[in-house]
Order: sequence, then C-alpha cells, then structure tokens
Amino acid sequence: MSAVTVFVPKDAAAVSVGADDVAVALSQEAQNRGIDINLIRNGSRGLLWLEPLVEIETPSGRVAFGPVSTSDISGLFDAGFLSGGDHDLGQGLTEDIPYLAKQERLTFARCGVIDPLDLTAYESHGGLVGLKKALELEPSAIVEDVTASGLRGRGGAGFPAGRKWETVRKESGDQKYICCNADEGDSGTFADRMLMEGDPFTLLEGMVIAGRAVGADTGYIYIRSEYPHAIRALNDAVSSFERANLLGKNILGSGQAFIIHIRIGAGAYICGEESSMLESLEGKRGQVRAKPPIPAISGLFGKPTVVNNVLTLATVPYVLANGGKTYSAYGQGKSRGTQPFQLAGDIARGGLVEKAFGVTLRELVEGFGGGTRSGRPVRTAQVGGPLGAYIPETAFDVDMDYESLAGSGAMLGHGGVVVFNESVDMARQARFAMEFCEIESCGKCTPCRIGSVRGKETLDKIIVGEDLEKNLAVLEDLCVLMTDGSLCAMGGLTPMPVTSALKHFPEDFGLARQAAE
Amino acid sequence: MQEPDEKRAVLKVCQDHGSRPENLLEVLHAVQAHDGYLSDDSLREIATCLNLTRAEVHGVASFYHDFRRVPPGKTVVKICLAEACQAVGCDALKEHAAQALSTDMGTTSSDGEVSLEPVYCLGNCALGPAVMINGVLHGRVTPEKLDSLVSRASS
Repeated sequence: MSAVTVFVPKDAAAVSVGADDVAVALSQEAQNRGIDINLIRNGSRGLLWLEPLVEIETPSGRVAFGPVSTSDISGLFDAGFLSGGDHDLGQGLTEDIPYLAKQERLTFARCGVIDPLDLTAYESHGGLVGLKKALELEPSAIVEDVTASGLRGRGGAGFPAGRKWETVRKESGDQKYICCNADEGDSGTFADRMLMEGDPFTLLEGMVIAGRAVGADTGYIYIRSEYPHAIRALNDAVSSFERANLLGKNILGSGQAFIIHIRIGAGAYICGEESSMLESLEGKRGQVRAKPPIPAISGLFGKPTVVNNVLTLATVPYVLANGGKTYSAYGQGKSRGTQPFQLAGDIARGGLVEKAFGVTLRELVEGFGGGTRSGRPVRTAQVGGPLGAYIPETAFDVDMDYESLAGSGAMLGHGGVVVFNESVDMARQARFAMEFCEIESCGKCTPCRIGSVRGKETLDKIIVGEDLEKNLAVLEDLCVLMTDGSLCAMGGLTPMPVTSALKHFPEDFGLARQAAE
Repeated sequence: MQEPDEKRAVLKVCQDHGSRPENLLEVLHAVQAHDGYLSDDSLREIATCLNLTRAEVHGVASFYHDFRRVPPGKTVVKICLAEACQAVGCDALKEHAAQALSTDMGTTSSDGEVSLEPVYCLGNCALGPAVMINGVLHGRVTPEKLDSLVSRASS
C-alpha cells in the first residue's frame, strides 16, 4: 500500500488551537504503527470551528475529521480513518461540507487545498495561467480586463481597481510602484492573513501582473507585525518565485522585470490607511497625507503608485486567467464578483465564506454561521471592522454589497462580520469605538485626535446618566464634526459604530426606545 | 554609556540595511529583536548611522506601539481586546490575567517576570479570545488555559 496523504493545516488559526501538536502526534502514531503517511501542511479551508481539520486523501476525494486534538489521534487510527473509516469527528467529504459546498471560491480556490509553498501544486491547480496570459498582453489590455471584471478595492474603500491602474499606467516617469496593503488591522477580519498563509503565490502573481499593467518594476508588501506566520510564508514564497524566475529582471524570459520587498509594520492600526502606509514604508511616522495628490499620481517616494489590498491583488490572477467577464458574472449591481466574508465573534461556525455579492447578512450569520457559539440569542453584528456600523438582528436581511450596506447606513469595509449576543452593552461598544480611535489616531488632524478623547469622555458621562440630554447633544455634534472634518477614514468613520449603536439601541444609553425611532 | 560592542552591533544593523533612512523601521525592529528594547544609546547611534536627527528617530520609535523604550518582562502576554474578542469575553480574561499575574494591563510585573499588554487584533477572530505569548498565538483562551500557557511559557 502506498503512503496515504494526510493534510494538517499550518494556518495560524489552526495552529492556535493545536494543529502543530496534532501534526507531530499524527506522524508519531503512524510511525509507531508502522504506517507510512505523506503529511502535507496545507493552508486552512476556512472552516475555523473545525480546526484543527485533518484531511485524508481517498479515491473518492478528501475526507475531513475535526476538530482533532492530540488525544483523538490513537482513536482515529483505531477507527481506520486513513481509509476514511467512521469516527465521531468525521465530517465526510470535505468538498461536500455544506459550509464549503455553498461557497463560490474564486480568490480562495486553492487556499487550504495545496501546500502553500509547493510551486508545482500551485501550477497544477491553475496557478500562473493569469500571469502567462498577462505577459503576452499589452499593458493597456490587462487594465481593460481588470476594468471589465468590475473588481473594486477589497480594503474597504471599494474604488474600481481598473480605474486606479489606468491612472498609474498613464502617468509618465520610469519609476512606479505596486504597494500591497497587508496591514489587516480590522477586528473580525482575517482573510488577508489566511490567503497570505494559505496561497501566497496568488498574491505575488497578482502583483507581477499589476506591475506589468502599469509599468512598475518594484513592489512592496506592507504586512503587520501581528502576523508572524504570514510574514514567514511570504518570505518563503518570494524566495520560491525568485528561484523559479517568476520575480527578477527577466520574468520567464518575457523581458518583464519585477521585484518584491516585504516590509513589516509596527503595530499601528492607522498604517492600514493608504497614505499612512506609504509614510511608514518610507521609514517615517505613519501619519496620513492630505489628498490630493492621490497615490496613483504621487505615492511612494513621490512616484505613481498602485495601492491595493491583498484580496484585490490576489483576485487579479483569476480575472486574467478566466477573463474579466467571467468574474463580473458574479455579484449584483455595482458590486461585481465575490467577497471573502469573515464570520467572527460569538459565532458557532466562524470562518471564511467567499460568496458572490448579494448574500444577505442573515444567510451569513444564521445559515453559514449557525448563530452564536454561546447559544444565546444574536443581538447585533458589527460589519466592516471597528469603523463599521452595528446592525441590529432585525435588519439582517440586508444584502451584503457596497451599495445596499451604504444605503442602510453601514459599510462593507473588508468584509468582517463580528457577532454579539444579547449580553452586549451597546453604550460600552460605542465608548470603545471612541477609545480605539483615541489609541490609534495618528494625531495629524484635530477632529480625530481631540474628538475621540472628548467622545470617550462624553460617553462615560452618558453611561452614568449625567446630564443625558446635554451630553447626547455634545456627542451628536462631535460625531458630525469628526465625520465632516477628519482628514481620513479613521476619524471620519469612528462615528459610524457610535451613531448606529445609538440609533438602534437607544435603551442602552438610558433612552426610551421609541424616542430615537 | 553604551559598550563599544553594543555600539558596533547597532552600527552593523544599520549597515546591513544600507544605512538608508527609509529603512528606519526595519533597523528599529532588528535592534529591538537583538536587545529586547530600544535604549537611548541605540537611538542615538541609529540617528548617526542613518543621517537622521535624534528627534526624527525618537518620533518614529514613539509613534509605533511595537517599539519599546524599556526592557520587557521575560514573558510577554498580549491579550486581544478588539471587538471580535470582546464578543467572547476578553474583558473577563483581561481582568483574570491582571489578577493572576499581579500586573496591570500595559505594564511589567515588579519582578520583571511578565509583561501584560493589550493588542488590537491578532487575526484569530473566529477562535477568540486570542492571546499571544512570547510570539506564539493561542485561540479560545479561557482563564484556566491562560494560566497553564503562562506557566509553561515562563518555566
């Protein structure tokens, strides 16, 4: 009998609940029993509540077991799990698990499927097709294809990627840059991390394509220091790409040059804001820049620069390989393609759900997520990170796309969904939004730097019921000022969680419910 | 004053990064990785090597949460206090940690054994509360699990 292939993820989330220990115990047990196994450390499938999720390759497909702990290993062997034997932890064929089967995995097609650093596996699963096509296309044709795909910036702002690229492409000058924003600081989001750990080659491929499209020969990935696993994966992936002549002076003999530098952040949330990230890449304090000029015209070191999120760039290889039209067939309205949603917080089945735009929040939280992990009723979900709105459970039927969310006073952001149960105190959450802004403000503009401090103090008074009416007026005034007067989205959007909490949950602020409705 | 050896080590880090001012963050990371923190002497040396003013170097070192100006405890416990972990009880975990480790959030214990620090998102939001101990990420951390992780890390 040939060696059975066994997959144990090395994704940080899987490792955080014991995947490394499981991998070691599994190898040891196999050795003790004289069984030959081929252990592959893959990325995560994104079914995080089942981590560590062990998969076995069988003739009928990959069979999943999870969540596996080291104490389950010998029982799994006893049950003959290597040949797909029955066990309490058995989840059946991985691809048939409803959570996964109901998704549309385009950007995350390979994540969790292959060894993230196996270039041969990458190619045999459709990798490099987009790049090879792009190397034969004129730069303008690449941009046209990306424009046709309708792909918009996945970092939160949702700006059309094709239009940004076209601006940079048309700029003169021989030095341009591609900067990948991997400073995924929003609570409730982990899609960038999962992709960088589970399929880093896709991101690199997307950056090389972007470089060819706009005439840039240098790329930077600005990744947060809180992601040590992803940093290691990216460093290894860049080395592999360099060895395979997929990065360098003459990529695959095409004459195209592109190199990638990895830069590590230093714990500042604000550096996820593009101009602040550029300052940080230049070795400075991460203070935001006034716009204009936009980075596409004057970005890194004053040169024309494409700044795109990890997911935006990682979607480009799919677009080039399959055509912009294929990608734009997914989604609805002006929100084309798919969004990797991330289900987090108090949720039974937390993880990554890549779906075409238009899935409802209810479908995500109840259908995919299965309600709360604690078993208590869902009260609200914060969508789009710490600057996103709190949406009450009664409004969960909203479609998850840029325009529908904006229309209901919320935003998509980076696609994170944080679920809270009935025990949440919304006045405290509103206070935290202001406190977070106080901690993370870059300090450049007054509405954000001072407004957040005053906002927190005012909420402290509201929480103890001091001069309620007067302080609520102060808070509302502050929120308007921060929204209208801040230099960037940090101060400009901090009021969104505050005002949404106040609007939907007035009783938590000591107000009668009908008063605010 | 800094020992000549330490001075040379800082100088080497700067040179390894081309002595270029745009590599300041990387230099600070590297020096901190070596020394555990950024001393006044190191900052002075870095400023000279990169042809920056001391004020510029201080400005950058003080802007970012990662950079330390005092040595950390032997064990560094970072607890995620962001929304996704709030939804699953990080506040209670934080209070437990402060009590169990006799250290306030954001400080180092008086015996220098442990530093307790807040962090805003470790990207483990589906498996919270998330904690990072000496650079190792842990998920679904209960107070009991925290105790055993800390005692294992510091033994």
